[in-house]
Amino acid sequence: MENYEARAQTFEEALLSVDRLEAQNLISKELKTCTPFEIIEKIIAPALENLGTKWEMGEIALSQEYMAGKISEELMIKILPENSLSRITSPRLGITTLGDYHLLGKRMVASFLRTAGFTLLDFGPIEPEKLVERLKEEKIDILLVSILMLNLTSKVRKLRTLLEEEGLEMKIIVGGAPFKFDPLLYKNVGADAMVPDTSELISTINRLAGKKT
Amino acid sequence: MDRVLSTLSFEEPDRVPFFLLLTTHGAKETGVSVKEYYSRPEYVAEAQLKMQKRYGHDCLYSFYYAALELEAWGGEAIFYEDGPANAGRPIIGNLEEIDALEAPQVSDSPELLKVLKTTERLKEKAGEEIPIIGVVMSPFSLPVMQLGFAPYLDLIYEEPTHLKKLRGVNESFCVEWANAQLEAGATAICYFDPLASNTIIPREVYLKTGFGVSKHIHSRIKGPCVTHLASGRCLPVLADLAKTGTLGVGVSILEDLGEIKEACGKQLAVLGNLNAIEMCRWTPAEAEASVREAIDKAAAGGGYILSDNHGEIPWQVPERVLMDIAKAVRKWGTYP
Repeated sequence: MENYEARAQTFEEALLSVDRLEAQNLISKELKTCTPFEIIEKIIAPALENLGTKWEMGEIALSQEYMAGKISEELMIKILPENSLSRITSPRLGITTLGDYHLLGKRMVASFLRTAGFTLLDFGPIEPEKLVERLKEEKIDILLVSILMLNLTSKVRKLRTLLEEEGLEMKIIVGGAPFKFDPLLYKNVGADAMVPDTSELISTINRLAGKKT
Repeated sequence: MDRVLSTLSFEEPDRVPFFLLLTTHGAKETGVSVKEYYSRPEYVAEAQLKMQKRYGHDCLYSFYYAALELEAWGGEAIFYEDGPANAGRPIIGNLEEIDALEAPQVSDSPELLKVLKTTERLKEKAGEEIPIIGVVMSPFSLPVMQLGFAPYLDLIYEEPTHLKKLRGVNESFCVEWANAQLEAGATAICYFDPLASNTIIPREVYLKTGFGVSKHIHSRIKGPCVTHLASGRCLPVLADLAKTGTLGVGVSILEDLGEIKEACGKQLAVLGNLNAIEMCRWTPAEAEASVREAIDKAAAGGGYILSDNHGEIPWQVPERVLMDIAKAVRKWGTYP
């Protein structure tokens, strides 16, 4: 049998071709010899991370990354259902757009993380004030914020202030076009990290989770 | 006007023309909220004229906000105090609604009529002196607002029949809207087509979808058009864009301007590519350096208009930075 790298590459090619059937056949084949988490860790996540890097480098289009994430998520739900006890539950993750109604970025990030075996709480396009009320009840370690509109990036600063006032500790990771075009912006709004694409997301989550503990 | 026409003819005018594509800054100029500003066509016209006079740039921009077209289709725009209006809930919730979709008439839309009034007023005041740039959303990109981004990508990949149907309805609207603006006095149309960018759609999919739309539309619009990709990359599709009939392309900071200029040759004029996000915090030295770099890379031989990379200057860009950009163009943009 080929090594994991070559099998991840084959899976990636099926995703880029938007070939659902081929992607499904490849995962079915893997299930004969691997556990769901081995498939996630060695095949699916590397393929999706590599596609994230390719998008960041301008080598593939957003639509290809979106379709790859969608197909992968469909396959993953079959082999590792949403409520599976095997899913990664620490750190506890949340995601929001802080009032931005451009939801594609959030959807793609959430899809990627669920496909990679994480659980996460989707707060939707909620405003900072209401989000803080929710966060008093829902313990979150790392909050992911996806924003497209420049004027709405100031809501991250507002959220940070509100969290501090309430004594709620959590890390904030931001992503989206304004942060991509100005790599210093995330610091100015009080976020802990910025990820330009999904390729660095898991490592950033692990890094911030490690700092926290 | 001559400066812009010369550069579009790939000749070097007296200096590099520059377009400050100002929108919400007009509300600050007028001293009203963004929502109030766009409720009165005369506000927009007067602010455009004042801002052009202050900065000395080479166009008037009759564009309000992208979601205005969605309003014409029965949707909503969400207004902010410190930025452009955003599109509200999509107007199409399922595929059956595409089957029943009918294009609005320009004359029936109070929102579109406001833009036409602004355009008429600008034409009245500016005559043939300064180009007036109108805007339409490409029929290939408008569905992002009509359906939402993810459902539209699903449609592109998985529902070719409904995609074709939507394309047809949107094309009729786009042509009528572009021509109405030209009749009202717009000099040229900026055809916003972010989905033509290979940042969003791979070239092979674009060739099967948006390319044909664009080609068809350009042949029916009765005036010059420039395609803007709203910060998206363009290098792999430049030759295709040239075949659509567009005169130029608005390009991104994500690609090298010199490389783009070379690839465009004398087929397409280049519009861009100052970083509109970093611009918010530019020092005078950074503004000057950015303008100088862009001019160094793209101005030789004409075929170049200096502008931002998105097609709209963010509200957060201070007046001081706009003035620094204008000064830098005058300092470094004079042709020998």
